Amino acid sequence: MKVASEVSGNNVIEVKDLVKRFGDFIADDKLTFTVGKGQIFGLLGANGAGKTTAIRMLCGLLKPTAGYIKVAGYDGFTQSDKIKENIGYMSQKFSLYEDLTVWENIRFFGGIYGLWGKQLRERSEELLQNLGMDQHRDTPIADLPLGWKQRLAFSVAQIHKPAVIFLDEPTGGVDPIARKHFWELISKAAYSGTTVVVTTHYMDEAEYCNQIVIMVDGKIVANNTPLELKKEYQAKTMNDVFLRLAQSASRTE
Amino acid sequence: MEKISVNSISKSYGNVEALKEISFNVDEGELFGLIGPDGAGKTTLMRIITTLLLPDSGNAKVCGYDVANEYKKVRTLLGYMPGRFSLYQDLSVEENLNFFAGVFGTTVQENYDLIKNIYYKLEPFKKRRAGKLSGGMKQKLALSCALVHKPEVLVLDEPTTGVDAVSRKEFWDLLKELKMQGITIIVSTAYMDEASLCDRIALIQNGKILGVNTPTGIINAFPYKLFSIECEKPTHALENIRSLSICKNAYLFGNSLHFVSNNEENSPEIIAKTLEESGVKVDSVNEVSPEIEDCFIERMQRQ
Repeated sequence: MKVASEVSGNNVIEVKDLVKRFGDFIADDKLTFTVGKGQIFGLLGANGAGKTTAIRMLCGLLKPTAGYIKVAGYDGFTQSDKIKENIGYMSQKFSLYEDLTVWENIRFFGGIYGLWGKQLRERSEELLQNLGMDQHRDTPIADLPLGWKQRLAFSVAQIHKPAVIFLDEPTGGVDPIARKHFWELISKAAYSGTTVVVTTHYMDEAEYCNQIVIMVDGKIVANNTPLELKKEYQAKTMNDVFLRLAQSASRTE
Repeated sequence: MEKISVNSISKSYGNVEALKEISFNVDEGELFGLIGPDGAGKTTLMRIITTLLLPDSGNAKVCGYDVANEYKKVRTLLGYMPGRFSLYQDLSVEENLNFFAGVFGTTVQENYDLIKNIYYKLEPFKKRRAGKLSGGMKQKLALSCALVHKPEVLVLDEPTTGVDAVSRKEFWDLLKELKMQGITIIVSTAYMDEASLCDRIALIQNGKILGVNTPTGIINAFPYKLFSIECEKPTHALENIRSLSICKNAYLFGNSLHFVSNNEENSPEIIAKTLEESGVKVDSVNEVSPEIEDCFIERMQRQ
């Protein structure tokens, strides 16, 4: 499997010496990494490591203090609105409206991302077909099993075909079968060219990524594939790798 | 001796059967894990054990006392840490601890030995309001408050959900220390990889128990040969692989695939050859021992 940095020229995320300061506090200290198109990229770190700040900059929600940042071809300093149009976001506490139906939720999120008319109808049908939820279009979200909600949330976050989708602890709490389905959906999205950025506390989710960056105290301490990291630290699991690196952290939330 | 015994407990909310005829025992000094996804019934079960909810049928005993009829006695013997942070956010660390000690008619000093390993990390922040603590610190404070009256049985509902990996490890280390001091612990989690840290586990799904055993026992009872496959484009290969007659089940497992064989004769060589013939570019096939997640999937599909 290729690491993003080998696929140069095809990077969807490029970050160089990126710094974010809050007063005297350096949340992110000279972050440098690239993520190639269609990669599943995992950003790991203990609480207080600077992960959330990094994600907020990558999503165009927070202006960096210094450095270089480009997401989906747009500059993180001057084109944050463009970045927002070209990314999708899904958190574990996904934001579907429980009392709206499947179809109403799709239409709502499509509308937010600027789809309308024929385009919105076609995209919605495609999405329902892909999810196999066609017969459930009029079911309220509250009546769906958790695994289904999760797959739907993932799909609506991509209704506008973003270049990058951000997933925050994506599979927490679902049963193992639903979880496998969900990772298949994520991998398919990656194969079709969407770049996936995953942040998680659960290291078995990290095993599904093809590139991992680990942050400790605002700095990047590792950037490689899970396989190479396990080799380098002679560890059996990503959890062991992570504990080895993150236990030295001095900062907490 | 049994510290917790649960006999044929059922509980419904309207049409939803949250628990269906659940039975198991937890022995003295055991670290017992309740492993299952959200909505499996873990919290309902813990609320029944902690006397906060009555079952529709069946009964449960803690230290020999019935949770329904002798609930007052049971409550003095239990320490309970609910899934949602339930301390007083606007009281300080110290005030919370004193409050919970007071409620149980004791003092922090009296049982300080039990909590000192947990509390010493919080001590520098004892004047800080509980609401202002980090996730890992809140969790340690909640555990201290659940322990301050020296309970015989500790009931922990998803204590590690949303907590980072370093704090999670520290927390499990603390549980092991408490176990050494003779406290019986029942802990729930949705994360399969925490199962191996328990003495025994119950796998729970849709209100039913899929199996109770030691983690090794659960793994040894996996009835099929399991192989790990590394190949090109695993997600695409899956569709091919699932249609093969020698395959019982196949799914993603990290960056590789897990292949459940439907007969004993399959070997890595046979599987590699069959896959190549079906057009999958195989890097490696190895027979592997299952993990709890594999066992859970297999037992879910048995139902």
